[in-house]
Amino acid sequence: MKKPDFNLAAGMAIRGKWGHHVYHVVRKLGEGACGVVYLCQKNGVLYALKVGTESSRLMLEVNMLKKFSKVQGVKLGPSFVDVDDWIVNNETYPFYVMEFIEGQPLSVFLKGKKKEWVGICAMQLLSDLEHLHRSGYVFGDLKTDNLLVADSKVQWIDVGGVTAIGRAIKEYTEFYDRGYWGYGSRRADPLYDLFAVTMIMMETVYPNRFDAQKDPKKTLQDKLKSAPLPSEYKKIIAECWRGKYHSATEMKEALGQVLMKRAQPPKRSSRKSVQTDASEWGEMIGVSAIVLAFYGISAWNLWL
Amino acid sequence: MKAGRLKQILLLTDGCSNYGEDPVAVAALARNQGVTVNVIGVLDDQQRGEPQGLKEVEAIADAGGGVSQIVYQKNLSETVQMVTKQAMNQTIQGVINQELQHILGERKTIEELPPEQRGEVVEIVDDLGETCQLEVLVLVDSSASMHHKLPTVKEALADLSLSLNARTGSNEFSVYSFPDSKHTITQKVAWTSELSAMHGIFQRLSSGGYTPTGPALKEALYAFSKKAIVRDEQGVVDPYEETGF
Repeated sequence: MKKPDFNLAAGMAIRGKWGHHVYHVVRKLGEGACGVVYLCQKNGVLYALKVGTESSRLMLEVNMLKKFSKVQGVKLGPSFVDVDDWIVNNETYPFYVMEFIEGQPLSVFLKGKKKEWVGICAMQLLSDLEHLHRSGYVFGDLKTDNLLVADSKVQWIDVGGVTAIGRAIKEYTEFYDRGYWGYGSRRADPLYDLFAVTMIMMETVYPNRFDAQKDPKKTLQDKLKSAPLPSEYKKIIAECWRGKYHSATEMKEALGQVLMKRAQPPKRSSRKSVQTDASEWGEMIGVSAIVLAFYGISAWNLWL
Repeated sequence: MKAGRLKQILLLTDGCSNYGEDPVAVAALARNQGVTVNVIGVLDDQQRGEPQGLKEVEAIADAGGGVSQIVYQKNLSETVQMVTKQAMNQTIQGVINQELQHILGERKTIEELPPEQRGEVVEIVDDLGETCQLEVLVLVDSSASMHHKLPTVKEALADLSLSLNARTGSNEFSVYSFPDSKHTITQKVAWTSELSAMHGIFQRLSSGGYTPTGPALKEALYAFSKKAIVRDEQGVVDPYEETGF
C-alpha cells in the first residue's frame, strides 16, 4: 500500500547489499501496486528496476518472475535479472531487476488502427494465457496498465497478480474483475482471465472506463450494446460472459474464425477511392499474415 | 506449519470518539488478547484534505497491531478487502518472525534474511494467508454523519466476503453498529460466512452527537470472547486458540 516516498534522480546509483551490483537510474518508468519502477543501466545494458517498501510482496513477485520467465519453452513476461536490498539513509529498500521491455501502451498502439487490431491483441493475450493456464496459474490482475505492445505483440510486464488455480486472486482491479460485475467469484480459474480479456476489449472503445452503478450486470450489458465494436466481437464478448468458453483456446478459436472471415476480400464500394482501398488491402494482408503466424506458432507449440 | 484462526475487528468510522474510555487503550488491550484492530476512516467524496477527527484512526490501528487507511467513499470496497488481507499477512508474518527468532536464536525478521531464504519464507506466509481461518467482527460507526455512507459500507462488506470467500480457508463475519443507547453496540448480522444478503441492516438507526468508539471496541472484544465460549461449550477442539496458531 505504501510507496517509497523518494524520487530517484537520474544518475543515482542503487547498490545491492548482498550481490553488490550497482544500477544507475536513467528515469522513472511508472508505479506499480507495491513499488516504483525505474529504467536503470548497468554496464551499458538497460533494465527495469522495481524498488518498494514491502519486502514480502516484492519477494512474491520475484518468485513469480523466476517461475514465468519461461514456461514450457515460451517466454511469459519479462526475464528476471537480480534481487537485492538497497540501504540508503539507514533505511532498507528491497528491489528487483528485470528485463526492460520497450513498448507502447495498448491504447497508444491502437490509436488510428482498424478495429481488427483489437481482436488480434486479444488473440495474442489468449495465446499467452493458454500456456499460463496449462501450467496451473491464472494471470489475475490482467489490465492495460500491465501490458505493453512491443514489435506488434502484446506483452505483460507485471506478474504481481499471478495466482495458482484454485486460490484467491492475489491482486485485481475492479473494472477488469468479474466479481465486481457480478459474473463470478474471485477464486482463480482460467475463466477469470477470459473475463478480463473482454474488459480490455471494452476498454479500447471506453478509454475512460465506467462504474458498475446500481445494477452491475445491466450496466455492463448496456455498455456492450452501445459499444462501437464490430458485432462479431460483441457476440464473442457476450458469449464469454454467458460462460460459453471453457478455456483460452476455445475463445481464441472463436476470435480466430472472425478474423479469418474478415480477411476475405471486402465488397467493392463504389464511393471509396482506389487509394483507401489499396491501403485497406495492405492492412488486411498484414492482419491475416499475423493471424496465420499465430496459428503457426500455436500449432508448433502443440507439436512440441 | 498448520494455519490457525485469526481474529480481527474492522472499525469503520468518520469521526473522532468523544465519549467513554480511550479507544487507543482498548485497541492495545485487544491486541494483547490476540485480536487485531483495523481502522478505516471514511471520507465524503467531496471532502478535501484530512479532517482533524481522523487523526485517531492511525493511533487506534497502531495500538491494535492492525492496518489503518483513510479513504473516499468510492474506494471503500477496494480498501476494505486490502486492509483485511494486509492485516492478516502482517499477523502471520509477526508469528513467523517469532518462530525465526526461536530457530536462529537472534533478533532476525523476514526482511533481514538474504533474498534467497526470504523468497522461501514469503511463500509460507502466503500459504498460511490462503488457508487460515479468519474471523472478522465489523464495527460500523452509524452516528448521524455516517448515515448517508451506510449503503456504500454495505456494498463494501458484500465485496469483502466475495474476496475472502475465494480463499481456501474458512471465514466468519459479524456486523455490529454503534452507538446504541442501551448496549453501546448492536448486533446487525450474527456470525456468518456470507455477507452478501444484508437487507435493511442499517435501518432504524439512532442519531445523536456522541461517538463512543472506546466503549464500542470493548464491547466488540467481549463479543469475540463470548463467541469463543460458545465454541468451547460446543466441544470444538481448537488447540491454536491461544496464539492464533
